[in-house]
Amino acid sequence: MSFIHLIGFVLKVGHFILMLCCSMSCLITSVEMKLNQSGKLWVKFVEIFTKYSSMINVHNYQHIGSRKLRKTWLKKLLILWIAFGTIVCLWIFWYLRSQALEKRKETLGNMCDERARMLQDQFNVSMNHVQAMSILISTFHHGKNPSAIDQETFAKYTERTAFERPLTSGVAYAVRVLHSEREQFEKQQGWTIKKMPLIKKDKYNPEELEPSPIQPEYAPVIFAQETVAHVISLDMFTGKEDRENVLRARALGKGVLTAPLDLVKSNRLGVILTFAVYNRDLPSNATQGERIKATDGYLGGVYDIRSLVEKLLQQLASKQTIYVNVYDTTNISNPISMYGTNVPDTGLEHVSPLNFGDPSRKHEMRCRFTQVPPWQILAISTSFGIFVITMLVGHIFHATVNRIAKVEDDYHEMSVLKKHAEDADLAKSQFLATVSHEIRTPMNGVLGMLDMLMDTVLDVTQQDYVRTAQASGKALVSLINAVLDQAKIESGKLELEAVHFELRAILDDVLSLFSGKSQEKGIELAAYVSDKVPETLIGDPGRFRQIITNLMGNSIKFTEKGHIFVTVHLQEEVMDTIDVESESSSKDTLSGLPVADRNRSWEVFRPMGQNAGPSESITLIISVEDTGVGIPLDAQNRIFTPFMQVGPSISRIHGGTGIGLSISKCLVNLMNGEIGFSSVPNIGSTFTFTAVFLNPNGQQVNGQSKSNSQFCNMLAVIVDQRPIRAEVSRYHIQPLGMHVKIVPSLTGMRSLLTKGSQTVHVVLVEEDIWDQDLSKSSAFVYKLRNLDHQVPPKLFLLTNSIGGPRQCNGFSSPPVITKPLRVNMLAGSLQRAMGGYKDNARNGEIPNLSKLLIGRKILVVDDNNVNLRVAAGALKKYGAEVTCADSGKKAISLLEPPHAFDACFMDIQMPEMDGFQATKMIRKTEHTINNRIQNGDLLLQDYAYISKWHVPILAMTADVIQATHEQCLRSGMDGYVSKPFEANQLYQEVSRFFL
Amino acid sequence: MAAVSQLQRQFIEYTTSLYNEGYLDDQYTQLQKLQDESNPDFVVEVVSLFFEDSEKLLNNLATALQQKIVDYKQVDSHVHQFKGSSSSIGAQRVTNVCIHFRNFCEEKNLDGCLRCLQQLKHEYIQVRNKLEGLFRLEQQILQAGGSVPMMESICTSASTMSSSGKLSA
Repeated sequence: MSFIHLIGFVLKVGHFILMLCCSMSCLITSVEMKLNQSGKLWVKFVEIFTKYSSMINVHNYQHIGSRKLRKTWLKKLLILWIAFGTIVCLWIFWYLRSQALEKRKETLGNMCDERARMLQDQFNVSMNHVQAMSILISTFHHGKNPSAIDQETFAKYTERTAFERPLTSGVAYAVRVLHSEREQFEKQQGWTIKKMPLIKKDKYNPEELEPSPIQPEYAPVIFAQETVAHVISLDMFTGKEDRENVLRARALGKGVLTAPLDLVKSNRLGVILTFAVYNRDLPSNATQGERIKATDGYLGGVYDIRSLVEKLLQQLASKQTIYVNVYDTTNISNPISMYGTNVPDTGLEHVSPLNFGDPSRKHEMRCRFTQVPPWQILAISTSFGIFVITMLVGHIFHATVNRIAKVEDDYHEMSVLKKHAEDADLAKSQFLATVSHEIRTPMNGVLGMLDMLMDTVLDVTQQDYVRTAQASGKALVSLINAVLDQAKIESGKLELEAVHFELRAILDDVLSLFSGKSQEKGIELAAYVSDKVPETLIGDPGRFRQIITNLMGNSIKFTEKGHIFVTVHLQEEVMDTIDVESESSSKDTLSGLPVADRNRSWEVFRPMGQNAGPSESITLIISVEDTGVGIPLDAQNRIFTPFMQVGPSISRIHGGTGIGLSISKCLVNLMNGEIGFSSVPNIGSTFTFTAVFLNPNGQQVNGQSKSNSQFCNMLAVIVDQRPIRAEVSRYHIQPLGMHVKIVPSLTGMRSLLTKGSQTVHVVLVEEDIWDQDLSKSSAFVYKLRNLDHQVPPKLFLLTNSIGGPRQCNGFSSPPVITKPLRVNMLAGSLQRAMGGYKDNARNGEIPNLSKLLIGRKILVVDDNNVNLRVAAGALKKYGAEVTCADSGKKAISLLEPPHAFDACFMDIQMPEMDGFQATKMIRKTEHTINNRIQNGDLLLQDYAYISKWHVPILAMTADVIQATHEQCLRSGMDGYVSKPFEANQLYQEVSRFFL
Repeated sequence: MAAVSQLQRQFIEYTTSLYNEGYLDDQYTQLQKLQDESNPDFVVEVVSLFFEDSEKLLNNLATALQQKIVDYKQVDSHVHQFKGSSSSIGAQRVTNVCIHFRNFCEEKNLDGCLRCLQQLKHEYIQVRNKLEGLFRLEQQILQAGGSVPMMESICTSASTMSSSGKLSA
């Protein structure tokens, strides 16, 4: 039963521990989650406070502090848990053990009591019988005269009734004899009353016993059972114990017991029970005197305790399991052992009182288990198991805590590293900005000096040197710009503008930029923009131009013959015709040379639908196709990596750093586009990119509104056998307002002329057709001149390279238009040829700052006196009237309308109020005044009849990155110039307001 | 006029050495170009302005760096001023020290700052002495009735010396 209970208990404990584990793991996960959340929070905090380094430190300390706090807290928790677990398992051990002990005690008690009761019962039975015998003697010995009992009868009787007294080894009867009666008694019995032997020895000889000394009365034994027959004639009064016993028995009238004593002869430990025999039936309340008087004799029974108990124990099972000791404890301080051996203490003892009917004597039974209690295997294993589980849970907890701490440490380390990396990145950008600035400043000096040197009188060689130096300087500056761009893009500082621009004009610009080189090399350079592409777009023209320039620059670098062809289409357009075009394009190219298949260059682009932005956005696809050396296959996968070139020899032959394509790729990505290429070595490469722009008015028609009225409705004929090239030429001529016809050969042209249905005003002949057959050409010229009815058409040759004036067969060749064709250039050439030539100002003339600035009133604001003086001096040099202010506040008060300043140059970094703030304030004042003038609050005449005040403010700065155009614009500035002034830039910025 | 031409030669050598040793840079040339008839003492004016400014700034820097708690922001702004003005007159070596100085400021490195201040003083005094020497020479040339040769002319050749004389006459 108890075992089952125990199992139940253990199960309960196990369940409890399981619950505990679950809750622990829950706790741990929740702690982890909290940690994650708080981790995110921390990241945020760190981000927020990055700027305030001092606060970061404080924050970090807090972070570390809380971490330490929690760590110690968790450690305490762990110790607490282990202590708790240890206590629990100790308690369980104690509980189980005490239960087992209790159980054992109970068992022992039961057994002991059972034995004591049985012993007592049996003893009482014997005692009763002895009492009965005393009555028998009283009746038959004293009651009858002569006595009916003699020794023989008594012995026989007692022998036969011995089964009734299983505990007595013998019974004897002593009669009361007074001293006066002694002699008579001795005579009657035939023996003298003998004294009890003092020394208990093995040999017991009744003959040697001395006669009893004289006493008032004697108690000689007259009858005895056979077993104790040797006590006959012994005087009971002479034995100390016996005498006491006898006296007590006759006084009490009850059976009394002696203390355990060694029995005469047998020498065994025994107890003698004595009953007094009275000569009459005494009442129960008789006094002691009456009882003594009435005493006739004494009946004694000898109890052999050892055999008695042994007999008893034999009757009971499980004799072996316990030791039984019986003690006489009348004298409590010195109990007399009646039975049992001295066994080693086995711990547990149970005491049961024994009542043998003698109130003056006390007996008790002490029981012990024979064996020491067995090891409490169950308790030990259970508690040990719990201990192990506790330790395991503790270990898990500890491991988790450690893990958390480690993750936290890692996180912290990572965030520190991240901060370092960011700092490094920032430092890099800063470094680039500084370095670029530090290089640009002297470079500007160098370039400026070279500019001036060019204007001095130089011989040809010197001029060549100067030009080379200038070109190198410019290349260096552009390289620095490129590196700066890269840095800006990488640090995400580059932002695209969104302004209106004309795509075609930009292409023309780029073409003219490269025209010199292409003409030198004799490469055909052409651009074609699809009609569907709107006239104006919204985007970043500068960056778009940069991409095109990069790609074209590469192309022109690597192309020695053939052509470079830029095409711009809408993406829809190209994707629709993708299949149709792919077959024809391989043969029919601008220069007739094979090109790389451009379809392959956009193969990997996203399909159309995916990059659909807002409805007014349009995606352009721009290809730059060349017939250059191509890119080796093994280099094709790394060409967009910064500073990677096809091979080390490339930079030696062609120059460049290999940064252009990587910048282009970044820019294209910024424009939500993609870039790709296809290239076949020794045939050519085609780079294609897409870019998303906004369409300002949704129109897709190529507006002819700009067409030059001079050429309106004229007819131009292009003689060209290559349809694509002819198409490109047509694209350039059409914007002039001319009608264009294409004929493949001179013969065709002639037939067209002879038909004469239409007046042909201009004939454009490709150079290669012209050169094919010079005689035919001259004949054609002759024919043209002698065209009868009308003004002969103007004849032009379209050529790629600058050659000397052609002489063929005696007459000069027609005027030459050098490609690349550009609308402006074309118009100029045609105008010149048709006589309406006006000498327009040459484009790109040397900036004449003095013209712009003379007489202008300009305010210069700078906190640095020296800088102020220098800037003022520079501006004065160009004829401007300069006023100086040394703080933003002064500038604000000076620029409060009405004032007479035409422009303001403002330093950005000033104490108290920087340039941006000052500008904002100025703009605010202007705004309120403008509003009030508009509302009529202020009189117009007070404000110099200017209803809209807006003084141009230009930032002066030495720092490149800080002074982004965008930041200037945001604070209401109109532009920025670098400090110290640089003539070109100054001109560019100033011309925007003063032209 | 042998004395004048000798003085002029001396002036040219002196100026060239200033350029070569890096005391002055292109900006000083630019400054000289800004000087013309309408503004005959422009360079001297600006340079003496620079001297005044610099002495004030050096004093400020010295006091700022002696404070118990150094306000690096303030120090940095002083150095920035110094850098601006020195680069404006083309005192290249001073500008360079300023750049170092600002780096130390950013690091809040007091030792570095103090070292830089020493260096700055040294460079400033040097450039001041050089410039003063230059102006003295100019004065001497003018007193002797000659004309101060332009910087550009130094770079090219002695032949243009006579033409440059016109400019600063």
